[in-house]
Amino acid sequence: MNPRVTFPQIAVALAIATFLVVFLIAPVLTVIYVAFADGSGGFTLSHFVSFFQITLMRESFVNSLYVAGTTVLVTSLIGVPLAYFTVRFRFRGAAIIQTLGVLPLIMPAFVGASAMQLLFGRSGAVNLILMDAFDFSIPLMEGLNGVIFVESLHYFPFILLNLSVALANIDTAMEEAGQNLGASGWRLFRRVVFPLAMPGYIAGASLVFIKVFDDLGTPLILNVTNMLAPQAYLRVTSIGIDDPIGYVICVLLVLFSVGAMAGSSWFLKGRDFATLQRGGAAGLRRKLTAWQAVMAYGLVAGLLLLVLSPHLGLLLLSLSKVWSYSVLPDAYTLANYATVFRDSTRMMINTLVYCGGAALIDVILGTAIAYLVLRTQLPGRQWLDHMSTVALAMPGVVLGIGYLRSFRDVDLPFGMGPLLGSGLIFILAYAVRRLPYALRSCNAALAQVHLSMEEAAQNLGASRGRTIMRVVVPMMMGGILAGFVTSFITAAGEISETILLTSRESLAPMSYGVYLYMQSIAGRGPGAALGVLAVILVGLGTYLSNRLVTARQASMERR
Amino acid sequence: MTEPVKVDVEGVTLSFGANKVLDNINVTVQPGEFFALLGPSGCGKSTLLRLIAGFNRAQTGRILVAGEDITEVPPWKRNVGMVFQSYALWPHMSVAQNVAFGLEEKRLPREAIRRGVAKALELVGLTELAARKPGQISGGQQQRVALARTLAIEPRVLLLDEPLSNLDAKLRHHMRRELVSLQRRLGITTIFVTHDQEEALTTADRLAVMDRGVIQQVGAPMELFDSPASRFVAEFIGSINLLKGTLDRGDAGSTRFRSGAGAFSLSLPEAAPAGGEVTLAFRPHSLELAEPGASADAARAWFPAQIHEREFLGEFIRYRLHAQDTELLADVPHRKGDPGYANGAKVMAGIDPAQVRLFAG
Repeated sequence: MNPRVTFPQIAVALAIATFLVVFLIAPVLTVIYVAFADGSGGFTLSHFVSFFQITLMRESFVNSLYVAGTTVLVTSLIGVPLAYFTVRFRFRGAAIIQTLGVLPLIMPAFVGASAMQLLFGRSGAVNLILMDAFDFSIPLMEGLNGVIFVESLHYFPFILLNLSVALANIDTAMEEAGQNLGASGWRLFRRVVFPLAMPGYIAGASLVFIKVFDDLGTPLILNVTNMLAPQAYLRVTSIGIDDPIGYVICVLLVLFSVGAMAGSSWFLKGRDFATLQRGGAAGLRRKLTAWQAVMAYGLVAGLLLLVLSPHLGLLLLSLSKVWSYSVLPDAYTLANYATVFRDSTRMMINTLVYCGGAALIDVILGTAIAYLVLRTQLPGRQWLDHMSTVALAMPGVVLGIGYLRSFRDVDLPFGMGPLLGSGLIFILAYAVRRLPYALRSCNAALAQVHLSMEEAAQNLGASRGRTIMRVVVPMMMGGILAGFVTSFITAAGEISETILLTSRESLAPMSYGVYLYMQSIAGRGPGAALGVLAVILVGLGTYLSNRLVTARQASMERR
Repeated sequence: MTEPVKVDVEGVTLSFGANKVLDNINVTVQPGEFFALLGPSGCGKSTLLRLIAGFNRAQTGRILVAGEDITEVPPWKRNVGMVFQSYALWPHMSVAQNVAFGLEEKRLPREAIRRGVAKALELVGLTELAARKPGQISGGQQQRVALARTLAIEPRVLLLDEPLSNLDAKLRHHMRRELVSLQRRLGITTIFVTHDQEEALTTADRLAVMDRGVIQQVGAPMELFDSPASRFVAEFIGSINLLKGTLDRGDAGSTRFRSGAGAFSLSLPEAAPAGGEVTLAFRPHSLELAEPGASADAARAWFPAQIHEREFLGEFIRYRLHAQDTELLADVPHRKGDPGYANGAKVMAGIDPAQVRLFAG
């Protein structure tokens, strides 16, 4: 590594830092500032006091905690046994269960929420059948239950996947030692296995908590407004951007997000979980008896049906002419797709432009930050990494409100109008929030490029800049592309910032379109059609990124 | 401590797919015995140990502890303590919690658990580290904790899976002696798996040498060293010279041996197979060297050889000899002032017939 700090390095680092400060740190700080400002430059807690004096706010606060907490519980009840099961038993269904993990990536929770109403709602397919046969119904989609149900089905793979990895990494001898000393079954799991897999569980559970606590789209689609994120949105959009209560909510959202992340890393810090010494779990995989196999496959089939129900429901809805008070649609049509292609091509183009632009910014910043951090001695370079990671803990609602407040008077140059009224604001908002994903990809890609590759180029006369262009970037390309696709598809499913930043329909991307259509009964068909198209787009992206990553790994192994 | 018990392995065969890992294993470990399973990696010794602990299932055969068939008993009900090669200390529990685990699983009252933990830690001399986490103590200490954790449940049998392999050489020798003295004090039937012949010879009362899933020989260390039952055992335990040739039986017990190292007369105490191909096996230290023409011990069979290489090992010099087209090893004790033979020197090599072991073929 060349220890000399050069002018271009400093210039690039400063440019990135400025970008992050302006579009990430400053908007968040503005939100926090407004929540504590008394309007004349002083500090006050009065907004918090008034927040807790409003019954609806107290109720929303409790509801958000209740929904996030209960969702963690429900996802644990589904995810923990499934993870244990797939890691410890030999059966083909295990592979199916593991691939369930990509489904949430492919379709955001709010998109499927309407379809879930039609399947599990008061007059949905399941309850219609139940009423008909047994004269009772399950209030699965009533109020907060609906949010918990939809979010749980959506997020349980976070726990499943994280925990599976952790379980698979436990040295088999750890478990055998427990058996040797007399423990078995549930006691063995509770005292030895689960504590050892705790890092995976905590990582998954804290992620679920944050995602659900911050989610705006799902409650809004299900018409549940007595939760924190929807209240923040409603206060800011109906009462106005100057209403301090919205900012108080934002501070609470940030507090809990940061708290959950800090809490989980505090929990894991200073504890020794590095247990993999050899082997892994392969030796402990047990065979299923015939009877157990039937049970297992039944369970997997049932679960699969449940998890795929939003997807199937959405597809049915998109193809239905009328679907109301009936188990299945009464008549099928392709008209919804025609409607969408007639009315909403603008939204599709917007999605491509916004998400493509954001992903491009992300991989450029990601590559630059990775290079500065890993390959230079620039003082304070780690801060670029830390700053961009802040975005992981920032709820979309907070950043959205921060943008509305910070940039309300900012105009674009050359008379192009206000920044908030342009597509650029979406690109910036998406780029900032998805940067950590792209950065992770770029970091991994650069870490795999051996330093001697660069030294060889410099030895042959290439300057540092030429080396980056001709050797480093080409060798990182697989990782950069994977980062691009990840940023793109996660941005395409973003809804919190999108709802806040969409000031007129011509600016809206597809995700907003789905949300908008779903507001009316008549719009549900086209909304579903748009959702299906978005799912196809994102699914293709996911497939592509998997292909890129696997191809890259293969070429790395050949090297 | 409870009465020492006997362990019987009867007709055990175990295959993983087409791969036969244990082939008709029959062995009895006497009560209170320190018994070693010795063999190269992949010979099935660890598999056999895990079978006794209940972590593997054999296709045929049974395992008896104190005469009671435990083949179908799950691992957690066997009370057969095992120390794992990796120690398998749980990092989320303190040393004391690790040691207490087995006692808690026995649902003992709190006071009994406390006493059991204290006793086990005292046994291995780690009382003051009780509150530490496994990650905060040294490898040697971890090894003792693993031992204490196993001994705390007062198992009927103690199984040790390469317990010393993760320690550095010096600590390994120290722990080896400590392990033996602990076993002597407790009198617990102990089965010890190792690939290190020195470890097995120095610790075990008796040992079984295994190769490719088959027990090659069972016996006391000296017995195995002096009278190996097969070429494999001879080569695996200590160094050995193997001299292939043909025997022509003369009269009065004298035989003429013809080999790549030359032809010489040999009066063998053992009943030699009549004629045909044989292999003479003898240890390097039983081969004597002499100057050509010097007066030599007439009881030995002498043949000419040339020093090819020498290694000075302190207590003795190891010579690599060429006798015609055969290479042999000779360990000659070193005494101060004796420089030994130089490379290329011509010598006479003498075999002591009493130290020779004869294998057919």
